[in-house]
Amino acid sequence: MKKIFLYICVCIATTNVLAQETISPAAAQKETIALTNATIHVGNGQVINNGTVIFNNGKITEVGTTATVTGARVIDCKGKHIYPGLILSSSQLGLIEINNIRATIDATEIGEMNPSIRSLVAYNTDSKVINTLRTNGILLANIVPSGGIISGSSSVVQLDAWNWEDAAYKTDGGIHFHMPSLLNRGRRRFFGAQASNADPVKEGLSRIEEVKTFFREAKAYLGQAKHENTNLKFEAVKGLFDKRQKLFIHCNIVKEMLLAVDFAKEFGFDVVLVGAIDSWQIADILKKNNIAVILNQLHDLPAMIDDDVDQPFKTPAMLQKAGVLFCINDNDGNSRYRNLAFNAGTASAYGLSKEEALSAITLNAAAILGIADKTGSIETGKDANIVVSEGDILDMRTNIIVHAFIQGRQIVLNNKQMQLAEKYEKKYGIK
Amino acid sequence: MQKLKFLLVLLLTATSIQIIKAQATFPVNDVANPKIACFAFTNATIVKDAQTTLLNASMVIRQGKIESVGNNISIPKDAVVIGCRGKYIYPAFIDIYSNYGIATPERQTGGAGFFRTQQITSNTKGAYGWNQAIKSEIDAYKIFSADAAKAKTLRDIGFGAVLTHQKDGIARGTGTFVTLASQPDNFVLIKEKASANYSFSRGTSGQSYPSSMMGMIALLRQTYLDAQWYKNNPSNEGENITLKSWNENQNLPQIFEANDKWNDLRADKIGDEFGVQYIIKGGGNEYQRIKEMSETKASFILPLNFPAAMDVDDPNDLRFVGLDDLKHWELAPGNAAAFEKAGINFCLTTADLSNPSEFMANLRKAIEYGLTENKALDALTKTPASLLGLYDKIGSIEAGKIANFLITSGPVFAEKTVLLQNWTQGIKNAVKDENWYDVKGVYNFIANTNTGAKAYQLNLKDGGVAQFINKDTLTGKYSYDGHLVKLNYTEGRGRNATETILSGAVTGNTWNGTGKDAMGNSFTWTASFDKAAAEKSDSAKTQKPLALGKVTYPFLSYGWEEMPKQQNLLIKNATVWTSEKEGNLQNTDILVKNGKIAAIGKNLSDATARIIDASGKNVTPGIIDEHSHIAAASINEGGQSVTSEVRIGDNLNPDDINIYRQLSGGVTTSHILHGSANTIGGQTQLIKLRWGANDQQLKFAGADPFIKFALGENVKRSTSSQGNNRFPDTRMGVEQVLVDAFTRASDYQAALKSAVNKSTVRRDLELDALVEIMNKKRFITCHSYVQSEINSLIKVADRFGFTVNTFTHVLEGYKIADKLKAHGSNTSTFSDWWNYKMEVMDAIPYNAYIMHQVGLNVAINSDDAEMARRLNQEAAKSVKYGGMSEIDALDMVTINPAKMLHIDKQTGSIKVGKDADLVIWSDNPLSIYAKAEKTIVDGIIYFDRDRDAAMRKQNQAEKARLIAKIAALKKTAGPGGSGGNFRSARPRFEVINTCEDHYHSHGLLAIDSEDVDNQ
Repeated sequence: MKKIFLYICVCIATTNVLAQETISPAAAQKETIALTNATIHVGNGQVINNGTVIFNNGKITEVGTTATVTGARVIDCKGKHIYPGLILSSSQLGLIEINNIRATIDATEIGEMNPSIRSLVAYNTDSKVINTLRTNGILLANIVPSGGIISGSSSVVQLDAWNWEDAAYKTDGGIHFHMPSLLNRGRRRFFGAQASNADPVKEGLSRIEEVKTFFREAKAYLGQAKHENTNLKFEAVKGLFDKRQKLFIHCNIVKEMLLAVDFAKEFGFDVVLVGAIDSWQIADILKKNNIAVILNQLHDLPAMIDDDVDQPFKTPAMLQKAGVLFCINDNDGNSRYRNLAFNAGTASAYGLSKEEALSAITLNAAAILGIADKTGSIETGKDANIVVSEGDILDMRTNIIVHAFIQGRQIVLNNKQMQLAEKYEKKYGIK
Repeated sequence: MQKLKFLLVLLLTATSIQIIKAQATFPVNDVANPKIACFAFTNATIVKDAQTTLLNASMVIRQGKIESVGNNISIPKDAVVIGCRGKYIYPAFIDIYSNYGIATPERQTGGAGFFRTQQITSNTKGAYGWNQAIKSEIDAYKIFSADAAKAKTLRDIGFGAVLTHQKDGIARGTGTFVTLASQPDNFVLIKEKASANYSFSRGTSGQSYPSSMMGMIALLRQTYLDAQWYKNNPSNEGENITLKSWNENQNLPQIFEANDKWNDLRADKIGDEFGVQYIIKGGGNEYQRIKEMSETKASFILPLNFPAAMDVDDPNDLRFVGLDDLKHWELAPGNAAAFEKAGINFCLTTADLSNPSEFMANLRKAIEYGLTENKALDALTKTPASLLGLYDKIGSIEAGKIANFLITSGPVFAEKTVLLQNWTQGIKNAVKDENWYDVKGVYNFIANTNTGAKAYQLNLKDGGVAQFINKDTLTGKYSYDGHLVKLNYTEGRGRNATETILSGAVTGNTWNGTGKDAMGNSFTWTASFDKAAAEKSDSAKTQKPLALGKVTYPFLSYGWEEMPKQQNLLIKNATVWTSEKEGNLQNTDILVKNGKIAAIGKNLSDATARIIDASGKNVTPGIIDEHSHIAAASINEGGQSVTSEVRIGDNLNPDDINIYRQLSGGVTTSHILHGSANTIGGQTQLIKLRWGANDQQLKFAGADPFIKFALGENVKRSTSSQGNNRFPDTRMGVEQVLVDAFTRASDYQAALKSAVNKSTVRRDLELDALVEIMNKKRFITCHSYVQSEINSLIKVADRFGFTVNTFTHVLEGYKIADKLKAHGSNTSTFSDWWNYKMEVMDAIPYNAYIMHQVGLNVAINSDDAEMARRLNQEAAKSVKYGGMSEIDALDMVTINPAKMLHIDKQTGSIKVGKDADLVIWSDNPLSIYAKAEKTIVDGIIYFDRDRDAAMRKQNQAEKARLIAKIAALKKTAGPGGSGGNFRSARPRFEVINTCEDHYHSHGLLAIDSEDVDNQ
């Protein structure tokens, strides 16, 4: 605790921040900064021992063991580890503040086909959750709407912003398709709900067919230069056809995923599977069809009662082995996304190398979200989205974030929880 | 086989309904037609009971009763004689688990979901008891009315009498014993009150309590006590027809519909508490725990509804089919055989069959699986009759008994045997009368045509096949209805085929008739019996021994075929985290003997011990989860705000895969808590994760009893979707619920003390638990979040003179740590959950650290089946959030929870003399990279990564075997064939119990118990 609080005190002294509400976004980078003597985990698998990272005007200018630091503000990172800012690849951050308070939920719109819905415009930069992610190394997040079947578009935000326009890092990069479940749930009777007589699988298939119809119609519509009646829903998916957008298909079981592959084939979309609990069963098919995968939650029970008890933990290693582009996410609604690094750590315990696990929450995530040209690794020319940890960022014992930079701006590593801790430590005289 | 030498005088009547008794008080709308109704059945094989068979015997029945039976009895002059040569006579079957003739009440809307509006009081009008699900006052005989169609269905499969009751409620009143005779209701009632019936289903009651398995058990328990107390006519109760009936019903046979192996044991246990031995209606999976069934000493009523095989033609559907479901499909027909083998008394029922016509086929399947025919007959006749004390009236062919019997064409359970007639109360019911006469055999057939007589040899064969043999063999069909015969044969093939048709009448062994050939020519014909058909030897069905899988404990993947044994272990060269003042010991050995830690030190040796090399590995005490909801059939009794009478221990579920999964994360002891639906929840149960043990063996013996309390949003039902109508609705009200409960408990305690005759004071199980708390015999673990509510409970506890042992969750504990310390509470918290509901907005991951620094005994708990298997890493988060030392962090999941659960003398640290509850880790146990390699409970290795790897392969192989078996069956069976029924593949869902609103993922097939209708 001491170190952190020493650090917080420094922050407080320098930025005069006292409460969560007044943790201000940092000003643009003015001086060149050099992080020296650190172990640099590049994000692409490479590790540079005793290395230096230099960045200026928000961009990384030099990475290596022989970088010249003259003219730069030097932060000695001896014994510390440098990582690319971690990327939360699918979340409702800033859309859902408190899960069970309806008024705070802005993630699920009414209706089944809402491609024109945009998450970005509802993203709340003042969510209390945001600052608790930064202190765990997460600097970017993909904000995903989750209502209906076609839920709308997601945008990637950087987590140090005054408002959603500031926050936007990649706008409307993904269209989200929550595929109706093809799991035969039978005709189980639930409280309050009448048992449906329809075969749930058939019902699911027919709804999936409706989505296909939608895209076929959209394609026809978009092929026409002028329209008497503008269709916003069709307009909203134009980026899918010209590959400015990816189609994120949220699904889990093999039948669903195979149909997702079919979407990629029929329409030529860039398809990313989200969830993909059983992706390990068809890793070769996914690889062959260039389908990327976001594994939503590693800290999960196995899908089947008979499954290997550690199946969710070892799925990443199986995808890695098959050469599938995948990333690891944390969408836990109780700990609120902050255990991203530890989900990756678990994947490392079960078969990934540490650097592969890191890629799964940095460079791979960036590639899947279409921002790998700007971020995801510590390489010259990329945005200086960087975190410095006391030790191994994947392990909770050593994941102690001491510095973080978003686009070169040194952000304040403070949050409401630290402040509450400080308040009561003071009360009890804990040093 | 059957010859036509003898003539039968029997008249086959078209209708089976004959009123043999005119009811004296009823006017007659006809000319009076009194009958003697005496019949003699001669020359039959009479199976009097499973032990006694008489050959060539006769039986006389008169006025619905058996008058005499034997080999040399005289046939009364007034008897109608029915020759039964070649036929078999058996006692008709008895089903004592039926609702025949009793309408099923409809359930009203409503329910008892966590967030539903509640029906607090009973909707039953009248001077009845407080709970709508206790319906002791219902008497089946008063509401019974025969159902002709259903009676026929049952008679057609051999039944002659049933015990029927209204299947509604937990206590269902009395059942009545009736025959299936087509008689006025007044005559079929054999015994008005023949049983008292119970179940684990609220039925139509919409009352919110009880909403859980343990609530139902608690309600039964309390009702037994209330009924006893009511015998003193307490003035403060007034007339209570329900309790009065309950008492009156106690001397009847007590039948409990339990429907599942664990429920069977739960029911039996309630009975044991009150000196009642229930007859248990099982569910068909009892073979999975046959030893435990035997230990109940109960008699069972077993259904024969075997699961249909699942379609196995889609690998993606098969992916979600459970090994246990497949195994149950294979093994379920062996249930009755397992009972017989174990020497357990049982009878059989048609209950639960989707179609009663499956009964015989399924019974034959049970016989194929090893049930003996004698036992099967007993289970359908003598046993059910005896269980009701009615064997002197029914259940065998014995003079004086009710004339309920079957006439069959052969041994009753043989596949080819036809049930010809089923007589109930001396009245014939034709089932397959057309098969009474067997005309198979060889005949001399002569057709007198225009062109002269043509002679054929006529062979009548099984299946109505007729062959006319002259030079060629012409094939056709025949049918015989007891009076007239029809035949035909075909000449030529395809287009040129011509048909000759014949019909005639049968007179003894000579048949006469007319025919018409394809050209339209008429002719007459005769046929005379020559000789019997050559018997086919019945050797075709040489029984191959069944190749079946094995029962495992538990009946799931990763279960044991044989339970693991305790062994002496010597763990060598480990880094030992003692959770004692010694801290961590390097290169240290641990000797385990007889389930205890025998020695800790360097260079230990023991010749009897299995050596486990733990070089480079870490050993910690087994992890203790202070707050868990696994391994229970129900977790929340939310029907009332105070339910201290319910007990998690009443409804443990050893078949929870999460026991195994958590062993794989190093957990050895779990405190199974009631949920947080109400302020004073239920009594908790501490268990050790003895994978494969039964419900009682899971329990941590000798541990202090605890109880779950809860405060805040859940108990005031803040997220109730339909508004809350249950007190309390605010934290102010929560405090008053507590004050009120303990005030009532104090008064109760005083009343008990001062009463001269203790039995006049109503024993109140709800208050008993609270009195125990005040007397420091039971301890609270209280679900809590915000500081105000925590402070309030502390004040209530102070006022009533006890200490709140543990505040669990206690996410704002850091705000009030000084007061918690002063009060003497322990705290058990999440590492980093927050902001999923209002009361956790100020939750901080530094909570554990701050409380620890203030000097509280702090644990990290899971409250979650998934997180529980990573509790070591959850504890490690305090190293990150606050900088706690690693040793202190690990203590939060070992010795600290042991202390707060008062089991630190037995477990929680590595110390000589303590239980050998140990985990061998691959790495520093706090590290994200650590894996439990072996988890040891009581010196038994319950989880071992090597065995786990082998089991994965074995599970797959077993699944593959079963799938291949089903596929083969489907091939031979064809659609609708003899392979049995098929159904579409059904995913194996898992019900996951949680405390409350959870947003943590539990896998694809998880169903939150709150979402499942518990009916």
